[in-house]
Amino acid sequence: MEKQTKIKVRNLDLFYGANHALKNVNMDIKEKSVTAFIGPSGCGKSTFLKTLNRMNDLVDSVKIDGLVELDNENIYGEDVDTTLLRKKIGMVFQQPNPFPMSIYDNIAYGPRVHGIKDKNKLDRIVEESLRGAAIFDEVKDRLKKSALGLSGGQQQRICIARALAVQPDVLLMDEPTSALDPISTAKIEELMDELKKKYTVVVVTHNMQQAVRVSDETAFFLVGEMVEFNRTKDLFAYPKDKRTEDYITGRFG
Amino acid sequence: MEKKAVSIISNNKTKNITEGIAKLAFQICAVLMIVAVFSITAYMIMKGAPALQKVGITDLLFKTLWKPTAATPSFGILYIILTSIVGTFCAILIGVPIGLLTAIFLAEVAPKPLAIIVQPAVELLAAIPSVIYGLLGLMVLNPIMYFFEQKIYANNNTHQFSGGANLISAIIVLTIMILPTVINISTSAIKAVPQKMKSASLALGATKMQTIFKIVIPAAKSGILSAIVLGVGRALGEAMAISLVSGSAVNMPLPFNSVRFLTTAIVSEMGYANGLHREVLFTIGLVLFVFIMIINLLLSFFVKKGMRQNG
Repeated sequence: MEKQTKIKVRNLDLFYGANHALKNVNMDIKEKSVTAFIGPSGCGKSTFLKTLNRMNDLVDSVKIDGLVELDNENIYGEDVDTTLLRKKIGMVFQQPNPFPMSIYDNIAYGPRVHGIKDKNKLDRIVEESLRGAAIFDEVKDRLKKSALGLSGGQQQRICIARALAVQPDVLLMDEPTSALDPISTAKIEELMDELKKKYTVVVVTHNMQQAVRVSDETAFFLVGEMVEFNRTKDLFAYPKDKRTEDYITGRFG
Repeated sequence: MEKKAVSIISNNKTKNITEGIAKLAFQICAVLMIVAVFSITAYMIMKGAPALQKVGITDLLFKTLWKPTAATPSFGILYIILTSIVGTFCAILIGVPIGLLTAIFLAEVAPKPLAIIVQPAVELLAAIPSVIYGLLGLMVLNPIMYFFEQKIYANNNTHQFSGGANLISAIIVLTIMILPTVINISTSAIKAVPQKMKSASLALGATKMQTIFKIVIPAAKSGILSAIVLGVGRALGEAMAISLVSGSAVNMPLPFNSVRFLTTAIVSEMGYANGLHREVLFTIGLVLFVFIMIINLLLSFFVKKGMRQNG
């Protein structure tokens, strides 16, 4: 069965001041799959990821042209509420960034800002989210302890649980394992396989092997241009563009 | 070309001497500071303690009658202590919320061009000599207060009219004087909250205000507490400005009473005091000194706690 398109991007251009950071990007991201963005540093893959939940809005002097649709709604439309958008599209950052509060409060933060006060409901959400991020068993006895006392890998899974707690459709992950050790990395990659059953996952990585391992489709970016976008298997086995081939064979990057 | 072996045996005598002298100079400065702190402490205790004994600790600290120059003098400084506590407390109560909101505005909300103008203005506020605040209070606040005093106590025979030089005037002046301290330090604390925490909150769909009040302020808590404690220190130690606006008569610290603070008591009486009166003024100094020490201990406690949190 062909999967539905979750996010549709058409003719997207992005400028940081005079710097043309994304050039005419077109892409269909399919639901309940893992889409990976690869490319050398500064190629625009993280920038593109952040246009999908409008985190680029926070940067002064950013200018965005083109169309980004989530479930056929233009996310840059005039009457879009970015808080609702970001509730629907969660994000996990490169550096684990738990809040300086207890594990429980970290996970409950999102639901609370969206108005859930009922203690039982929050308890349930916290447990489900921690299970969803495969960290519940490790932290269930210390939910009231500070999240900052956990290891980097655990912190990152707390951040994933925190993102899941607002029940998003899409999960954006910006190099989620680049600050982690190999064992933690393996756990997060395993987790992505689980997550794609329920969520649309978009992951930025500069580790090509990771893209091969976790993703269904891969986009290759180079200096603001999306060079190639294909099923991961095909992109790595039969790159169509010379630049893609050069990159995946390690000739630059 | 062959490389010559370089000896590592010291050959530069002057270098060693300069290093030695520099180290010595630093040590002497550090020791001087410690000597200064300890000698001031010792001096205050030596000069302040005898009167405590002569008058009696309870008579001095817990009696309210202050008649230092009467035939049978009475040295109760309770009202003076209370005035300092109440005045400082009220100034903090009003000044901290205003200062904190201003700091949030400057650090998080204000558009950059506005922040660039307001921030230095606030810093300039801190640089204005305190006597100027006193003068302004004298010219502006006291007439207003006198107006209200006349209205409120129109048919009151027991109220001693102060001409507007009262506790409220002093509190307002103190509030304005602690604002720059509170604003500047809170602003730095708020700006020091890592962007990644704010991003995390916004990415969860929190609004900007939710992010400020639920993430930024709690994360900047220890810095903000330091700001408050420093504000307390400044209010408690201020003498010049409030001696001009508070009327400087020993009374219970009620809003429309002329009052005398620990600091203003010393300022206004040291010039003519002698004998036991003079010694009691030193005791007042000692009380003030103890308060300030407590404030500073609190401050270092908060700063250390903050470092542990962020470390």
